[in-house]
Amino acid sequence: MKSLLSLLFGLLIVLAPAAAQDLAPDAMVQQVTEDVLTVVRQDKDIQSGNTRKAIELAETKVSPYFNFQRMTALAVGREWSKATPEQKKRLTEEFKALLVRTYSNALISYKNQKVVYKPSKMAAGDTDVVVKTEVVQPGNKPIQLDYALEKQGGSWKVYDVIVAGVSLVTNYRDTFKQEMSNNGIDGLITMIANKNKQLEAGKK
Amino acid sequence: MKSYLSTRICSLACAAALIAASGCATTASNPKDPFEGFNRAMFAVNEGLDVVVKPVAQGYDNFAPLPVKVIVGNFFGNLWDAWTAVNNALQGKGGEAVSDVGRVLINSTLGIGGTFDIASEMGLTKHSEDFGQTLGKWGVGEGPFFFWPIIGPRTTRDTFGWMVDTYVDPVWHAWITDDMALRNIMVGTRYINLRATLLPADKVVDDAAFDRYTYIRDAYLQHRRNEVFDGELPHQVPDYEPSD
Repeated sequence: MKSLLSLLFGLLIVLAPAAAQDLAPDAMVQQVTEDVLTVVRQDKDIQSGNTRKAIELAETKVSPYFNFQRMTALAVGREWSKATPEQKKRLTEEFKALLVRTYSNALISYKNQKVVYKPSKMAAGDTDVVVKTEVVQPGNKPIQLDYALEKQGGSWKVYDVIVAGVSLVTNYRDTFKQEMSNNGIDGLITMIANKNKQLEAGKK
Repeated sequence: MKSYLSTRICSLACAAALIAASGCATTASNPKDPFEGFNRAMFAVNEGLDVVVKPVAQGYDNFAPLPVKVIVGNFFGNLWDAWTAVNNALQGKGGEAVSDVGRVLINSTLGIGGTFDIASEMGLTKHSEDFGQTLGKWGVGEGPFFFWPIIGPRTTRDTFGWMVDTYVDPVWHAWITDDMALRNIMVGTRYINLRATLLPADKVVDDAAFDRYTYIRDAYLQHRRNEVFDGELPHQVPDYEPSD
């Protein structure tokens, strides 16, 4: 019985992304956000700041809808075209790990807030849209939380997350540019990898 | 009060002049941050002050029940809404200005002195404007970036905006009360409440940033541009074609 249940559960996890990916971008953002919030609100470990569990949640529920290579290219800027395929792969892996961790921390911090979905302005045939949401905080102005998505082979992928007007991706541009001008693309890879290792070591 | 403010504004202006004069002595490498040396020093001062301020904010955040925090936020928010209305009017956004006046009237009366945000529940959206945004809307450029002690990051434009904001700020003004002790309590409470609302962002910035100063500066600049455009700034198109 137990194994049957876990098999069913496993199937659900495998099938869920496929189902959500066929949705319109705004519906997809809403479904993924609500899925994640439902888990966070029930999970005492995540609420008490268990980063490892929050990262697992972000990896399984959120990552499939993100285009990390595009995000990395945006953060790196012009130099991206000069990187070798191997460098691009390494950069994307390391930057993905950093972004997933940042997102997971945000999940923990804002666990009690309600998210409101704004009507999206989207025309048929659009392949690049911004879906606007708001995190409601009692006693304060809501925080704008926007997702930029692009259509890729029939499904929508997030390539930027913008919090209160701050792009979590392009906010790294100056830092990355400076590191690359000092130590090249390999220097940048090392910098992000070291940061990830340091965060991993300090993890609860 | 007047003399306090003018002293403060004078010292700020003097500081700005001093920095401008010593511009060549700074470690300028970033065109939007020509006074990076000074700014990093002030950033360090603020991080030092935060060693005291943050635990107070954390204590407040942990021990004050949510309704108390909401009431505090609403009360100061209602005072600010009046200034938001003026700024929306100055920016030519009549509809928003009228809505903001409505918010203040409703929340000050039905909302018992602004402690309850009834207006939001009635569908009058809260806006947040300040004089720096108004200057931005009028086309005033940002100017060099500064990191000030206590007040934190501001562009040159927003530094002047902040001076005007502070000058009209009812919390600082004697016309609300002649009681200096009460005024100081209000200013202090608002500051701690503001710091407490920023607590969740601390951990995120700690983990996300390679260099806290750069991360906060760049985020502040993006955030203010977004505010000037009331969140309607078109999503930036990459300046190159991403390829695999």
